[in-house]
Amino acid sequence: MDSIRNFSIIAHIDHGKSTLADRMIQLAGLTNSRTFRDQILDTMDIERERGITIKSQAITLPYRAQDGGTYYLNLIDTPGHVDFSYEVSRSLASCEGVVLLVDAAQGVQAQTLANLYLAMEHDLEIIPVINKIDLPAADTERVMEQIENELGLDPFGSILCSAKEGTGVPDIMEAIVQRIPPPRGDAGKPLSALIFDAQYDAFRGTVVFCRVFDGIMKAGQAVRFMHNDTVYRVEEVGRFSLVREKKEQLEAGDVGYLIAGIKNVADVSVGDTITDDHRPCAAPLPGFKEAKPVVFASIYPIASDDYEELVVALEKYKLNDASFTYQKDSSVALGQGFRCGFLGLLHLDIVQERLEREYDLSIILSVPSVRYRFILKNGETVYIENPAHYPESMSIEKAEEPYIRATMMFPEQYLGAVMKLCIDRRGENSHINYPSPERVELQFELPLSSVIYDFYDSLKSLTQGYGSFDYDIIDYRESDLVLLDILVNGEKVDALSQIVNRAVARERALNTCERLKEEIPRQMFKIAIQGAVGGEIIARTTISAFRKDVTAKCYGGDITRKRKLLEKQKKGKKRMKMVGSVSIPQSAFVSVLKSDKG
Amino acid sequence: MIPDNNTSTLPGLYIHVPFCVTKCPYCNFYSVTDRSAIPSWINALRREMNWYKGEFEHFDTVYLGGGTPSVLSPNELAAVLDGAYEAFTISGDCEVTIEANPGDIDEDFLSFLRDTPVNRVNLGVQSFDDAVLAYLGRRHDSEDCRTSINLLRNSGYDNIGLDLIYAVPGQSMKSWKVTLEEALRWKPEHLSCYELTLETGTPMGRRFADGDVELPGEDERYDFFMTTSERLEKDGYIHYEVSNFARRETFRSRHNMKYWNHVTYLGLGPSAHSFSGNRRWWNHASVERYISDLEHNRRPLEERESLTDKDLRLERVFLGLRTIDGIDGNDPALFDPPANNILQQCLADGLLEHRAGRIVPTRRGLALADQLAVLL
Repeated sequence: MDSIRNFSIIAHIDHGKSTLADRMIQLAGLTNSRTFRDQILDTMDIERERGITIKSQAITLPYRAQDGGTYYLNLIDTPGHVDFSYEVSRSLASCEGVVLLVDAAQGVQAQTLANLYLAMEHDLEIIPVINKIDLPAADTERVMEQIENELGLDPFGSILCSAKEGTGVPDIMEAIVQRIPPPRGDAGKPLSALIFDAQYDAFRGTVVFCRVFDGIMKAGQAVRFMHNDTVYRVEEVGRFSLVREKKEQLEAGDVGYLIAGIKNVADVSVGDTITDDHRPCAAPLPGFKEAKPVVFASIYPIASDDYEELVVALEKYKLNDASFTYQKDSSVALGQGFRCGFLGLLHLDIVQERLEREYDLSIILSVPSVRYRFILKNGETVYIENPAHYPESMSIEKAEEPYIRATMMFPEQYLGAVMKLCIDRRGENSHINYPSPERVELQFELPLSSVIYDFYDSLKSLTQGYGSFDYDIIDYRESDLVLLDILVNGEKVDALSQIVNRAVARERALNTCERLKEEIPRQMFKIAIQGAVGGEIIARTTISAFRKDVTAKCYGGDITRKRKLLEKQKKGKKRMKMVGSVSIPQSAFVSVLKSDKG
Repeated sequence: MIPDNNTSTLPGLYIHVPFCVTKCPYCNFYSVTDRSAIPSWINALRREMNWYKGEFEHFDTVYLGGGTPSVLSPNELAAVLDGAYEAFTISGDCEVTIEANPGDIDEDFLSFLRDTPVNRVNLGVQSFDDAVLAYLGRRHDSEDCRTSINLLRNSGYDNIGLDLIYAVPGQSMKSWKVTLEEALRWKPEHLSCYELTLETGTPMGRRFADGDVELPGEDERYDFFMTTSERLEKDGYIHYEVSNFARRETFRSRHNMKYWNHVTYLGLGPSAHSFSGNRRWWNHASVERYISDLEHNRRPLEERESLTDKDLRLERVFLGLRTIDGIDGNDPALFDPPANNILQQCLADGLLEHRAGRIVPTRRGLALADQLAVLL
């Protein structure tokens, strides 16, 4: 156990976590540059393109330290976005220490802080690393000050590094060996292991990633997943090199994988405790939470013929994403589809993109919603995340919506603008801290519904990219909610219905109508787009009709050409959704989704 | 017998005369200005006629288009017509049309023409506004138009068509109305009023693509279209196709109706298109290749296609909706089933109407015929 070090790298997006991980993998000799693909830990294309890690993974790095000993450094990768903070916390719970990466040019960000707090909660050893010192804009001294003043860490323990150029990386490896304590645990005690991730393998079923705290896990053993209360027989255990490497057993202190004939990723909960079925540990490891979706939207195929393909794609997708939920849903306007739950807007974006890219589907997403709570006059409490299920307004005693505590960090000069943004989004109970003279940490309590659209984008543009954002869900609060319907030529487009606070209903309705007007092409009829609350029209726009569209000359030589042109146009039309006699392009639904404000 | 609206189901013969004195910068039809090849073109044409000898029984229209058929000398024209009459059976009441450029026809030409079977002359007037004619790069002026129409009438031609163009850049509605009024004073049997269309590959089309030419907007073009239709109908003209008007039903272009009714037609000459049953084929748009292929006993085919039922259906809809005869309202196979909604709305909205078991476009519907075809 003394030769093992379990650690994570935590960093704000783009601060260079993946690049550093790659360098460490190279230094450990797991790969030569010929087979080396940049950023090995981010395996999916989308992760690579967006530069964010979505799923955590782990890898064991053998390292010969200056003291002559060989150590096994288990790097547990963590997702780098607020949507996935629970997964981050489970990964950190599997470690004894973290490398805290700060960009030498950008300095400490809200996410850095949020992750640092998580690490501190788990009593982890923290090694601050200042990355990207090769950048012309690098300001190492300022970042050292931030590390001391804002993070309360000893700046002289910081390591300077350029992961891109490879400088400082051996120092980091050495610091991991020397400063992070080896895991403690007792192989003789009953088995207790923490699940921090799971992945689907087409041949072996679900591969569970775990950290063993006490006891031993090996093939043939019957293990119990304590929260899910399921029992499996272990088929194989091992650790991760660049590929899975089978081992005799995993024991206290080890990080590795477990294969046990588990069909679905959804059968495994991140944060669950694995124990021996015959000799269980006294209690599960602390901190288990069910990863609950907080943002909901419906997915429909553009062409109803594609429904079966969508079913297959969702089944396959779900295999690898336990936090994604879906169930059947149908819309008058859009036909058969699915109501889906996501951890957040980024998660939603990723799912949409993967369905379109990996499964070649054209889908429409309805306006995302949070889960509202209604206390009905008959005393019943119902949770509604689908506007289609909005209760009779007469039956509602009290309506509530989820609130978050948002933490934002940015240079002081943007305080006024950010305050205004938060107040516009119905923020309350603000808190201002000055971790250092020029920097503000602003906390606000905000309705979740008002940040799920473009809040983060607005924050970034208001602060010229210097603002960062993190949030926790805190509670439900009373809210004057209404159901906003969107009508196209008098027909309700149920996929565009939204539950909103009365105070913003008109603005939201106008905004939606305007967006639709921009995106729906002119057609042969005048198209009226209306926003309505309880039968009362509160917003209206019209799209004027097409008046002239005909080829002037159409004789012998023109007919084939013309037919081909019309065929193309007909195909284009097929990709639009018909609502009554109006064709609505996918982009119209997307634009409503992207542009709304709470 | 030919019915009142001058439509028939017998095949039509089209002969493309690919020669012009000058090229008009907006024109997309194939032609060359070097007329030295006319004699070999006539030889080739007669060879091509022989290819099809016996294949088409009976033509009841012959149409000499171009290009500019009026650049042919009387002898050349006679050789073309004689060739056609020798190779094919052509009915006695055949509609024989020649396209002519104002200014090309003089008394000699007309006295010759009177002795040929040509009984219909379509004159490329385009405008009575000299500024518009100059913009369009025409080699005639409005006075040439008047002279030619006078000559035609004096020599007894009682079936004259005039071609006019509107929505020319810089053309005002007032200028267009003046042209329309003058055209009406001549009481032509047929009027074609085309919106200027700029095709890629023409000089004006290229200037348009480069942003150097600006066309009137949709609302303006719609106004031109509606004004034209209303004005001509007021004088009793029948707006029987998007761009075509007949003074009486019997003056519809029998030949052109074949294109819109899926009736068989044989096109001869470079770039000419033919259609029969579910087959369509067309010749090289090159005088040289056309001549050399036929000299080597090859058919000068550029391409051929077989139309599927789906292709034919789409054509029947989009061609049918170009004319006031519309489409068969009792043929459900014509429509995509989900289009029924749209059909109902088009009927309710006054773009289409039911007439004698057919679904026919109204004036506003004609202006949107392509859109309608896409939707139905």
